[in-house]
Amino acid sequence: MREALTRNRAWIGYVALAIGLALLPFLVDAGMGRTWVRLLDFALLYVMLALGLNIVVGNAGLLDLGYVAFYALGAYVYAWLASPHFGLHLPFWVVLPLGAALAGAFGAILGAPTLRLRGDYLAIVTLGFGEIIRIFMNNLNAPVNITNGPQGINLIDPVSVGGVSLSQMHTVSGLSFSGAHQYYYLFLLLTLAVIFISMRLENSRIGRAWVAIREDEIAAAAMGINTRNLKLLAFAMGATFGGLAGGLFASFQGFISPESFNLMESIMILCMIVLGGMGHIPGVIFGAVVLTLLPEALRYTGDVQRSLLGQIVIDPADLRMLLFGVALVVVMLYRPAGLIPSARRRRELEASGAILDQEQASLADELK
Amino acid sequence: MSALLSITGVSKAFGGLQALSGITLAVNAGEIFGLIGPNGAGKTTLFNTLTGLYRIDSGEIRLGDARLDTAKPHQVLQRGLARTFQNIRLFAHMTALENVLVGRHARTRSGVLGAVLRTSATRAEEADSRLRAQALLRRVGIGQHAERLAKHLSYGDQRRLEIARALASEPKILALDEPAAGMNPAERTALSELLLQLKADGLTLLLIEHDVKLVMGLCDRLAVLDYGVKIAEGTPDAVCRDPLVIAAYLGDETL
Repeated sequence: MREALTRNRAWIGYVALAIGLALLPFLVDAGMGRTWVRLLDFALLYVMLALGLNIVVGNAGLLDLGYVAFYALGAYVYAWLASPHFGLHLPFWVVLPLGAALAGAFGAILGAPTLRLRGDYLAIVTLGFGEIIRIFMNNLNAPVNITNGPQGINLIDPVSVGGVSLSQMHTVSGLSFSGAHQYYYLFLLLTLAVIFISMRLENSRIGRAWVAIREDEIAAAAMGINTRNLKLLAFAMGATFGGLAGGLFASFQGFISPESFNLMESIMILCMIVLGGMGHIPGVIFGAVVLTLLPEALRYTGDVQRSLLGQIVIDPADLRMLLFGVALVVVMLYRPAGLIPSARRRRELEASGAILDQEQASLADELK
Repeated sequence: MSALLSITGVSKAFGGLQALSGITLAVNAGEIFGLIGPNGAGKTTLFNTLTGLYRIDSGEIRLGDARLDTAKPHQVLQRGLARTFQNIRLFAHMTALENVLVGRHARTRSGVLGAVLRTSATRAEEADSRLRAQALLRRVGIGQHAERLAKHLSYGDQRRLEIARALASEPKILALDEPAAGMNPAERTALSELLLQLKADGLTLLLIEHDVKLVMGLCDRLAVLDYGVKIAEGTPDAVCRDPLVIAAYLGDETL
């Protein structure tokens, strides 16, 4: 009886959430303008990216600072196969999986030489790989023009379903859907798929093996875990999500250049995970959404400054980085496990708090 | 009695230091075999060669028909030798139950696709693993701590959890590296009882131990290492009276 009740309640929650997510772009459009619908789309892209990196960093414990390379790869594959650059215009349902798969393969290839590295050393090598890919993209315009160099690739085909292009305005029974609206639903669908896959993996034999490797690699190997294969699998899975997000990004923007895939982007995605709660899916989603939307909200501080002080004293862009740094420091000091920590981390912190209290009490006893 | 684990002429050198020279041992199925020796005798080195952490220079290690000396650590476990660590190496931020579930890894199959689609095979496997893991936790006496993080268990319970995790892989032989290190007398007694129960269940145990008293009471047979050489092998009583062993532990009286 009670079980049925909680199940019903859970279903009501899901339905409410679904309706909310479906209406969100219209509410945002009406309340805050079209730009914010686009930001919503970007937030979803970053949720996919952050969840991908979360598998590598949060679950398997491999600090990867070059993650953006796979985002770039997915984007470039989409641009090569669906733009006037090579004159190819393959449909998205061919290009997207291909880009994701290629990124996944590169994840394993770039992961292979780092298998023996840990911690700082791994971070430095992956950082190098990330930069290498970006520099390749920047310079592969001669002798054969593959990436069109720093100018990037333009006029990338939008996703089109059955001849209906998602970038054009469509009106269905009085409701008008802009490009940003339509991409929102596509991104939402794929984000939900990525969340679903992440959740299922987390609570599985594979997910446990990743956490075991993060906790103690030698013990994990002694428990029969093939650490090489599972680390490569983590790199490949993470990169696949990155490649998927990259392809979506390319078609959504219609233009990509190496500039979009710099180190700052990798660090930003890492921050989303750390801030939200490493290794915990709701936390990572929250971190990705907040860190995508918050910087944009801070842009309005320029207007506020102008109306209050008559001039702009601090450039909003500078303020953004400043507040960002402060927020990171504050979160790390007061919520070291992230804003929404996993049950595991929470338990740990609570228990160590309790142990600390005990120790304090026993010290007080001794002093008496 | 047939030899389950046979170590034949195993040598290992680190640079100029001959850590093991020509060690030959056989552990029979169903017995508790002890490996003792003073500090630096080569016990842990031998242990690490058994478990695939070191490559041996010469010799052969076999578990039944399977070669262990050429196997990687995860293959050693798959072939039926599970180990515990001298300085407990649990997955500290996983619960006790999850630790044991990791021990099931080598005996389960489900991959990414099975996990994502949650196929009936995966569900059945997972349910089976959970049942076995809970039974093992009860078996070693920490069933009530299944949902606690490994790092929050008491020292003795952590040792027990490590044994449960190793048992989850259904080993033919369980190798314990100084399981009583750092234990108080009560914990030590409880540990001996547990090991004797495991033996009664038909498990073969290889015990590396510093504590001579514990080993004497527990083991069916013993081998003594000193400076990388096996100086004695036999029943505890015989080994105890061996002049070479006495010399190794207490010093040579004639000097």
